[in-house]
Amino acid sequence: MSTALHIEGLKKYFGAHEVLKGVDLEVASGDVIAVIGRSGSGKSTMLRCINGLEPFQQGRIRIAGHVLGEGPQNLRVLRTEVGMVFQSYNLFPHLTVAENITLAPRVVRKLPRARHDELVDKVLSRVGLLDKKHAYPDELSGGQQQRVAIARSLAMEPRVMLFDEVTSALDPELTGEVLKAIQELAETGMTMVLVTHEMGFARQVATKTVFMHHGRVWESGPSEEIFGNPQTDELRAFIEPNLK
Amino acid sequence: MAYEMNFQPVLSRAPELIEGTIATIELSAKSIVVGLAVGLVVALGRHDGPRAVRTLATVYIEMFRNTPLLVQLFLLFFGLPFLGLRLSADEAAVIAISLNLGAYSAEIFRAGLAAISKTQVEAALALGLSKLQAMRHVVLIPALKVIYPALTGQLTLTVLGTSIASAISASELTLAGARIESSTFRSLETFLVLAAIYIAITIAFRILYALVGRLLFRRKVPPPSMRAASAFDKKEARA
Ligand SMILES: Nc1ncnc2c1ncn2[C@@H]1O[C@H](COP(=O)(O)OP(=O)(O)O)[C@@H](O)[C@H]1O
Ligand SMILES: [Mg+2]
Repeated sequence: MSTALHIEGLKKYFGAHEVLKGVDLEVASGDVIAVIGRSGSGKSTMLRCINGLEPFQQGRIRIAGHVLGEGPQNLRVLRTEVGMVFQSYNLFPHLTVAENITLAPRVVRKLPRARHDELVDKVLSRVGLLDKKHAYPDELSGGQQQRVAIARSLAMEPRVMLFDEVTSALDPELTGEVLKAIQELAETGMTMVLVTHEMGFARQVATKTVFMHHGRVWESGPSEEIFGNPQTDELRAFIEPNLK
Repeated sequence: MAYEMNFQPVLSRAPELIEGTIATIELSAKSIVVGLAVGLVVALGRHDGPRAVRTLATVYIEMFRNTPLLVQLFLLFFGLPFLGLRLSADEAAVIAISLNLGAYSAEIFRAGLAAISKTQVEAALALGLSKLQAMRHVVLIPALKVIYPALTGQLTLTVLGTSIASAISASELTLAGARIESSTFRSLETFLVLAAIYIAITIAFRILYALVGRLLFRRKVPPPSMRAASAFDKKEARA
């Protein structure tokens, strides 16, 4: 399997505070990686480094044929290859669902108007929301908004998708529909890195799980082993209360 | 002895009043277009520019918000010739009022930019938009919507503020009024008529702002309450 994402020795400081202390991670095409760990362990920061939302001080990230190093660089091409879905959905409130989806293809890819409908239908059907095309974000439930956010990301045909605790802001009864959409995406072979607190979901859907602790990849491996046979005390302490 | 009002001498000067009204509308419109463009650029620079740009923007805003418009006008009209730049009264008026509005509206725009969360911009960047594209397509309209009442309030002040340009004899309504007053001695009637015309002008501008607002913030589908009602109607019709 070819490598979709390779992180080497990633270090990130916020001022004097070292938040990532040398992270290494390799993701093969088609892999679904779950990232777990306590709040503040650096999970979000790692994702944000991967698509260039945060600059970093040391290390290298290779993703979809692009190399990200220290210092400023052209991130826009990279970002069109990496989709990101946020905890707070971040749909654009003044645009309809369809307009949210077509904004980046239209502005960045110059997709002709005649092909917008086709694209909207394609990505909305993947998250089961075809009937919400003309709705505005504030007319949708949180779960629906998050599924639109996923569809919006898919519209740029990314090679890797990043999910940052995308169900954490949702009522429990709404997380299911979002997790289902993500699982279906996983089944299509999409390469994904998902930060999540849903241990059961991580165990079931992720091929590999990464446990982050204090800015490092503390333990990683096939999800079955990480959850079934944790090696470090820190991981055991983290998952035991979660698994009950 | 009660004063007997007589509007006849004032109203007989209608052509001058109309000319003044048109000049005031022209001066206001030019100043609004230029001033808002300046304000938007300055606000963007102050919000997101490099340090030097931010400093420059701050200095400009503070200078123009902490000096009287009349002094700004005098500086441009009477001061600049000493530096070899001679402006006509009308030019000086447009420039001074635009720069004044630029400073005030920059602060209002900045409040709007600050009101739109950083995560909206990040979502746009993550989709591959440039910073400028994110501003234009994601931030601008929601930000404008937040500040629209404050902005249109400022524009009304600016329109009324054009009367100050009479001090350098730029063509506008107050100057026309002053001329009529000094030759008819009908001060009360003259300025009552002027007040009425200013009210009409600001009302016309407000109607325009409302129309522009509708265009900018329009929703292409009816709001949810109406749609719920129409869905209900359909169900009933089928039953
Ligand atoms: N913009 C920021 N400025 C300063 N510190 C930050 C910033 N973002 C995150 N941090 C710090 O970095 C650490 C890791 O945060 P984060 O990556 O959000 O963790 P997680 O997603 O695992 O909860 C935390 O200590 C947090 O306080
Ligand atoms: Mg986080």
